[in-house]
Amino acid sequence: MKKTGSQIIVESLKKEGVDIIFNYPGGAVLPLFDELQSASFKQVLVRHEQAAVHAADGYARATGKVGVVIVTSGPGATNTVTGIATAFMDSIPIVVMTGQVPTLLIGNDAFQEADIIGITRPCTKHNYLVKDVKDLARTLREAFYVARNGRPGPVLIDLPKDTLINSTEFKYPEKVFIRGYQPTYEGHLGQIQRAVKLILKSKKPVLYVGGGIISSNASKELTLFAEKCGIPVTMTLMGLGSFPGNHPLSLGMLGMHGTYWANMAVMESDLLIAVGSRFDDRVTGKIEAFAPQAKIIHIDIDPTSISKNVRVDLPIVGDCKRILSKILSLLEEEEVASFKAGLEKWHHQVEKFKAIHNMTYEQKEIIKPQFVIEKIYELTKGDAIISTEVGQNQMWTAQYFPFLKPRTLLTSGGLGTMGYGLPAAMGAQAAFPNKLVIDISGDGSFQMNSQELATVVQYQMPIKVVILNNGYLGMVRQWQEFFYGKRYASSCLEGTSPDFVKLAEAYGAVGFRTNKPEEVVPMLKKAFSIPEPVIIDFSVDPEENVYPMVPAGEPLNQMRLV
Amino acid sequence: MRHVITLLVENEFGVLTRVTGLFSGRGFNIESLCVAETLDPTVSTMTIVTRGDDQILEQVLKQLNKLIPVIKVVDLIEKEFVEREMVLVKVSATSETREEILRVIDIFRGKVIDVGAKTYTIEVTGDEKKINALLALLKPLGIKELVRTGRVAMIRGSKITTEPGA
Repeated sequence: MKKTGSQIIVESLKKEGVDIIFNYPGGAVLPLFDELQSASFKQVLVRHEQAAVHAADGYARATGKVGVVIVTSGPGATNTVTGIATAFMDSIPIVVMTGQVPTLLIGNDAFQEADIIGITRPCTKHNYLVKDVKDLARTLREAFYVARNGRPGPVLIDLPKDTLINSTEFKYPEKVFIRGYQPTYEGHLGQIQRAVKLILKSKKPVLYVGGGIISSNASKELTLFAEKCGIPVTMTLMGLGSFPGNHPLSLGMLGMHGTYWANMAVMESDLLIAVGSRFDDRVTGKIEAFAPQAKIIHIDIDPTSISKNVRVDLPIVGDCKRILSKILSLLEEEEVASFKAGLEKWHHQVEKFKAIHNMTYEQKEIIKPQFVIEKIYELTKGDAIISTEVGQNQMWTAQYFPFLKPRTLLTSGGLGTMGYGLPAAMGAQAAFPNKLVIDISGDGSFQMNSQELATVVQYQMPIKVVILNNGYLGMVRQWQEFFYGKRYASSCLEGTSPDFVKLAEAYGAVGFRTNKPEEVVPMLKKAFSIPEPVIIDFSVDPEENVYPMVPAGEPLNQMRLV
Repeated sequence: MRHVITLLVENEFGVLTRVTGLFSGRGFNIESLCVAETLDPTVSTMTIVTRGDDQILEQVLKQLNKLIPVIKVVDLIEKEFVEREMVLVKVSATSETREEILRVIDIFRGKVIDVGAKTYTIEVTGDEKKINALLALLKPLGIKELVRTGRVAMIRGSKITTEPGA
């Protein structure tokens, strides 16, 4: 039987196991929306297309499944770009379908036309323009395959209106074969054997792990490996949660705002085992001075990540989970026992680093933002999905909330997109209606997508938005304080933000506010107990800074500690 | 350093932009680019000549490989290879220079493919050195117009550059 393009899309999405779609309608894509109305997917109508993509991204990070977005042509499509670039930088699998003007009008400056294929080419893993309905089913199959396999990423499908209307026989391809896309999953055995030898020879090893552990679901293998060998683990921002933050072997985050001991351990190490991480400039600091004595093993599924920024001694291309399992299977008990015993000195040295500088703050009469985050952790015992915005709120969350499990932190790491947190929280809450989902926000970032309060209220998502309100674009202000002679150009929001309690109420949510430290815990408790969306506006110390800080371009051991 | 890169790609729209985007995004100029179908009509070959920092080019090659419609990437500079290019040159031909032009072309095994009242249009094939040498000789005689195809290249011997698995 023949089906229209729109029907084919609905059928294909079912075959892909899609359960939620984040969308926003418009003229070019109406035939598809008409078909979606009677489909069984849960649909979340956002208030801005950027939020639809962040929500799908948050859904993907929280569940490990592919997030799906449907929007219209022109402005609908261009509004998705920031969301797509965010997902691209952090390797998050999403499929974005955009409407397009009819094939015959493409290139004619038609109403609501934008060359979204051209615009998103550098920020998608791949994108498709489907000019013929006969190609539709295969394209959808490929798009989901490409998004979730290998190094995951966003894929965009541009759908001219006639493709949605025209009909053809529907047959969903069972298999995908793309001759130009054959990711390597199994690591090279010889390289893995060499890695094991290097590991057993090392005296001061550090595991430096990133988002790749989370996307390949390798947390269990990582933990087994670290424990078996007694190797300390430091995580990138994207890697937080891949290894329990409260584990004795956890060094916390490294890099620009990493812990003192993580950065010192990396700089002192004689072997760095990088797994699913990519030596980002925020991680390495001055590249020539990075881990000067260390040999580097780099395990990553993406060959372009290897030796991109740092020369690697031993690369292994493949899936983190499979390679870590292989390494585990090659470790012999006796050898490991003597290796582990030899690490005692190294563990002592790391403990010494911890004694030199600990993560501390003083909670006096003004609320400290770190205090709020510590209390959120204590009250939830870490059992919550936390999203963040970007800037100080994000770094304090990374430092003071020891994430215990993978997929519990949703944060824009690579692109650093302000306004990410609230829509990402929506995505997670849509997937897990009964989980506690908290967006840790700032007064600046929150306003970049605050229109989504309407969505949150419409679908009665009980998200808690914690605004660490310091009256500044805090991270910008911090840089201006350190590097621009305290000239706070365009970074002061004091007295210009709306009344967030009234704003919450205007949308139909609940709003709380306080500036008293003793009210923080009761207020959080109350918010967590209400099964409704709540905004809590905490007036925090306006000039608190994020420490430690490695100034951009400095070596990792050159940290400002106060 | 000069690099001659051969790519096997899907013969479909948009591939060229994806490929060239990786060069332009890094501020690399492409000296010449040649694209055409192979024996298999679903596959095209691209030959790209470019210059740039070796480490950055290595990264570009890896990223070319990562593009979904790119099937294979070979940097020929690491191998023994032959390369050819064709040029069409329109030279002014006066009664004094006609003989000289014909002699030069003959030495370079070129052909006159069109004759005008005051011009010859010449076709010559060869590698970069040969073409440049010919142009140097023709220049004083008055080159009116010049079109080059860009280079195509192949590995020497019985090895096959364009076999997907090779």
